[in-house]
Amino acid sequence: MVTADLLFSLVPALPLVGAVLIASARRYLSGTVAGMLATALMVGAFVLTAVAFSTFDPSTGGHTVRVFDWIQITGMDIPFAFRYDALALTMMLLVTGVGSLIHLYSIGYMHNDARASTFFAQLNLFSFAMLLLVMGSNLLITFIGWEGVGLCSYLLIGFWYNVPDYNYAARKAFVMNRIGDVGMVLAMVLLFQQFGTLEYSVILEQADGFSANAPILIAATLMLFVGATGKSAQIPLFTWLPDAMAGPTPVSALIHAATMVTAGIYLVVRCSGLFELVPLTQDVILVIGTATALLAASIGLFQNDIKKVLAYSTVSQLGYMFAALGMGAYSAAMFHVIMHAFFKALLFLGAGSVIHALGGEQDIRKMGGLKGSIKITYVTFLIGTCAIAGLPLLSGFFSKDLILAFAYQRSPVVYAVLVFGALLTTFYMFRLLFLVFFGSYRGKAHPHESPLSMTVPLMVLAALSVVGGVINLPHLFGGHEALKHFLATASSGISNETLHLSVTTEWILMGSTVLLVTSTIAYAYGRFARKAELDGEPETMPLFKRLLAERWRIDPLYAALFERPFGWMSTKLHTVGESRIMIPLTNGVGGAALRIGRVVRRVQTGNASFHLLAMVVGIIAFLFITLLST
Amino acid sequence: MEQEVITAIRLVPLEHYVILSLLLFSIGIAGVVFRRNTIIILMCLELMFNSVNLLLTAFSAYHSDPRAQVFVFFIMLVAAAEVTVGLAILVMMKRNVDSVDVNQLNRLKW
Repeated sequence: MVTADLLFSLVPALPLVGAVLIASARRYLSGTVAGMLATALMVGAFVLTAVAFSTFDPSTGGHTVRVFDWIQITGMDIPFAFRYDALALTMMLLVTGVGSLIHLYSIGYMHNDARASTFFAQLNLFSFAMLLLVMGSNLLITFIGWEGVGLCSYLLIGFWYNVPDYNYAARKAFVMNRIGDVGMVLAMVLLFQQFGTLEYSVILEQADGFSANAPILIAATLMLFVGATGKSAQIPLFTWLPDAMAGPTPVSALIHAATMVTAGIYLVVRCSGLFELVPLTQDVILVIGTATALLAASIGLFQNDIKKVLAYSTVSQLGYMFAALGMGAYSAAMFHVIMHAFFKALLFLGAGSVIHALGGEQDIRKMGGLKGSIKITYVTFLIGTCAIAGLPLLSGFFSKDLILAFAYQRSPVVYAVLVFGALLTTFYMFRLLFLVFFGSYRGKAHPHESPLSMTVPLMVLAALSVVGGVINLPHLFGGHEALKHFLATASSGISNETLHLSVTTEWILMGSTVLLVTSTIAYAYGRFARKAELDGEPETMPLFKRLLAERWRIDPLYAALFERPFGWMSTKLHTVGESRIMIPLTNGVGGAALRIGRVVRRVQTGNASFHLLAMVVGIIAFLFITLLST
Repeated sequence: MEQEVITAIRLVPLEHYVILSLLLFSIGIAGVVFRRNTIIILMCLELMFNSVNLLLTAFSAYHSDPRAQVFVFFIMLVAAAEVTVGLAILVMMKRNVDSVDVNQLNRLKW
């Protein structure tokens, strides 16, 4: 193995070592020491990735690093191997880079928690699993990571396990992810049956021979997409993500905003060659993505929990990414994944800093006027908000406009819906910003700025949110779409994508979006900064607004559609199946044995002479039987 | 010498040996089943053993096959071992229930 390959394969080993070390020594390590160890290992992983990145030559298109033989039986050869290419490197830089910052932030955020060392062990374990997910050269390695991040997500959502609601949220996330995982497993089985391998490169190569819309490919891609909807919180499996905010805020930032939830997008980009062959699946993805973007954004409008707003915003942004995937704009989706990781991690960490400053308060109605007391948090949060709204020259501006441009090229309806969604996003994000930081303070706590370990990641992420767009600067601004060309070496879908709009059209699209966004900000400013218009309880609202505030009542709907029938079935199985059939049956068998025993027991008198008599009679009987039968 | 013995055995017809053995064996069984004194039961067991031994030797002589006599020795050996165990049980029984009545052993179901 050459040095670069060795360094490359060592990247996931570092967080794994950290997880094992900290987990086994968690009783002896203080939270801060465990945090520093975990952070150091993540930074180490980042440095290794950076070295692997700098020595990588994109023109080769990447290669497979075989770490060891894993499953080798007749007709099946699945190695434990990593894919050393542009796509894996991009995701690894993202995971280790943003991951390091969030680890660092967690040292400050968790320093009061008695189980902080456990927290860091789990956080490191998550990073390990996520790295496996993005590095795997075959679906099975990806699947290990896929399940691993699901497990860590479950553990970390339910980290404060003595709150029953949090446990419920953790279980909900786990179960909904499991539904998606079934799709993933089915896709793997289908692909293996068809191609005899799970290696991405081989599958994509052989899939070229198939005609478009081949049934096997339709089934496989749809199943893959089902897996993606679970992990990336798309309709219909998105309701777990807002509840997942029960976990500590760094978890929300790392797992439920920056990395894990983008796994579905990564998977589709990784298999872009397959999806390119199935326009049907692409259309499904486009519709689901667009619908999710709009639905989640509309729910975000009237939420009062600072983290819930951000959670719905995340679902909505993921919807944009899937819409981009559905239009074949894989590079735009990946670009938005990275930009979103920057500004959404920033926003979550900023929200965490606010919550930290207010001693655990999450209701924005009890905040307000914080821009004076927590300045760094305010400025960075403002930058994040502007970035997600897509104000010119910030990171979100480039990535979102790219998606919108593709949408315009595809269909005016999709474009209109996505622009409308973007305006909703702007509205609720600025509503959040104004209600939290503007006006006068409405709570009782004494706000204080967070420690340096928390503000430094905020500043770094803020800087990235400002300048991040340069990695894929469009031609319009004098760039040459570096990220796209880099990723195109690893993904056939990206090298095929085309955006041919005239320069004037692009300017007009961009200008109109910016105009609409700024007027939305002005509108939000009037409603929430000048006079802080607060929402009461949903019961007092007009009908439509109440529906939004109650999240389209999707949770009750799912409860009525799935939970209650399932509960009914379970109860019936208990009262009828178990109580009336199974228990009488098993008890009957036991009872019969008892009754027979009661009769037969008489034979065992315990009297030695009787036993002797019985023995003799038995022997004579046997003798007669043998004599008679011959 | 051996030939003389064999000739002597053959002086009595084989049927007589069989009938005698059958009688001895039946007496043994009847004793085991119907007597209550444990010592008698043990003696009846020995009687049954020896009826079988007698039969074996008779057949051995009539068939000129010495292998049956090997079995006779085995049976004697086992019977000796069996008697030691039986008598030990008898001693324990006498100590515990102060009786050799086999019906005193009526707690064998536990």
